Amino acid sequence: METVVQLSNAVAVLGQFPVLAGANLTVQRGEIVLLQGPNGAGKTSLLRLFAGLLPLARGEGTVLGCDLRTNRESVRKRVGLLGHANGLYNDLNVTENVRFWGATVGASAAEVDAAMQRMGLAQRLAKVPVSRLSAGQKRRTALACLVARRAELWLLDEPHAGLDAAGRDELDATLREATSAGATIIVASHELERAGALATRLVEVVGGQIRESGAG
Amino acid sequence: MFRIARLVAAKDLRIELRSRVVTNQVLPFAVIVMVMFAFALNTDEIVTRVAPGLVWLATLFSLLTLVQRSFAIETSDGAMDAMRSAGVDPAGLFLGKACALAAQLAVLEVVLLALAVVLYSAKLHPGGVVLLVTTFLTATTGLALVGTLYGGLAAGVRGRETLLPLLLLPVVAPVLIGATRATEAALGTGGAVVADGWPWLGLLGVFVALFSVGGTLAFGPLIEE
Repeated sequence: METVVQLSNAVAVLGQFPVLAGANLTVQRGEIVLLQGPNGAGKTSLLRLFAGLLPLARGEGTVLGCDLRTNRESVRKRVGLLGHANGLYNDLNVTENVRFWGATVGASAAEVDAAMQRMGLAQRLAKVPVSRLSAGQKRRTALACLVARRAELWLLDEPHAGLDAAGRDELDATLREATSAGATIIVASHELERAGALATRLVEVVGGQIRESGAG
Repeated sequence: MFRIARLVAAKDLRIELRSRVVTNQVLPFAVIVMVMFAFALNTDEIVTRVAPGLVWLATLFSLLTLVQRSFAIETSDGAMDAMRSAGVDPAGLFLGKACALAAQLAVLEVVLLALAVVLYSAKLHPGGVVLLVTTFLTATTGLALVGTLYGGLAAGVRGRETLLPLLLLPVVAPVLIGATRATEAALGTGGAVVADGWPWLGLLGVFVALFSVGGTLAFGPLIEE
């Protein structure tokens, strides 16, 4: 198994507040790991650390083999972070959005088409402006952008928020399919029942510490 | 860097073609400002004398709206954050947004100059055409570079709508002065001759050089949290 994320005694600080205090975690390729914990426990900060947006103050950490202390720019290019916003342009259609994000890494037209096919966007929705999509369809478009960007590790912050039941089912199916195609996914969510059923491993974040809390 | 710049500029211009914010909102706003100037100054002689300054003032006011719009499309659904987290080259992002902004400003300025001829009786002289075109190109580039730099700075800040004019207007004062003087020389306003305009164009050139290098280097750290 290939190790995608490796944290060892990791300490991270946001402003003056410690968000990680000596945390240890290993994530293997193809896993769907659920980060759970109360508000303010540091789940989002942990995702931002994995995305190369938050510096590692002490300890060791690598993501996709890149050091989180010295090589955060390389981490950013290979990781896809999807927060509460989708990062889409409402005046462009679905294809134009996916094409734009793919082009930032030099993706070919075939790669963009494949990303849209994989997310079920290639037929009916391809030419629809993003402003006219439902919340679930926007999420799928954002995930297609991650695929087109060749993101190997997907970091999803509350991915089910704002979706109706059908949208949630659709998203779960998409994520399962993505891991079978080689992606590794780390999800931060409050919705233990929903996200727990999706995850292959549950991890609890409490007071800057990470605890394994079982398999999904 | 230049690949990302081309990509971002094309994306911004495509969004403008779809939304038509410049044509439907900014352009009418600029036209109204020009008409209001004519009402306020009333006398033909004064209006003709100050026409170059009025064109550039109307351009500056429109710039504020254009810059707000340019960054609103990036922040409305978190695209700016997504760019940052995706490691998109910030220098390319800066240059791309500045190019798109310059293109939109250029269209606006052509209309404003035509309006100045119609409303303010400004006269174009064949001898001043080269200076006039060069001045407009250089000043537009300068405004687009500064607008993008400060737009990026204000994009992540609360109260950005009111903060942007406060930050931007003092910085673009040299462009307003240089462009107005050079335009006066090109149009022969108030007895100015074409030769008077070239030193002002030099000032604009220095401004563009400073902000193209400074902006390219500073944009990344500025948009970082």
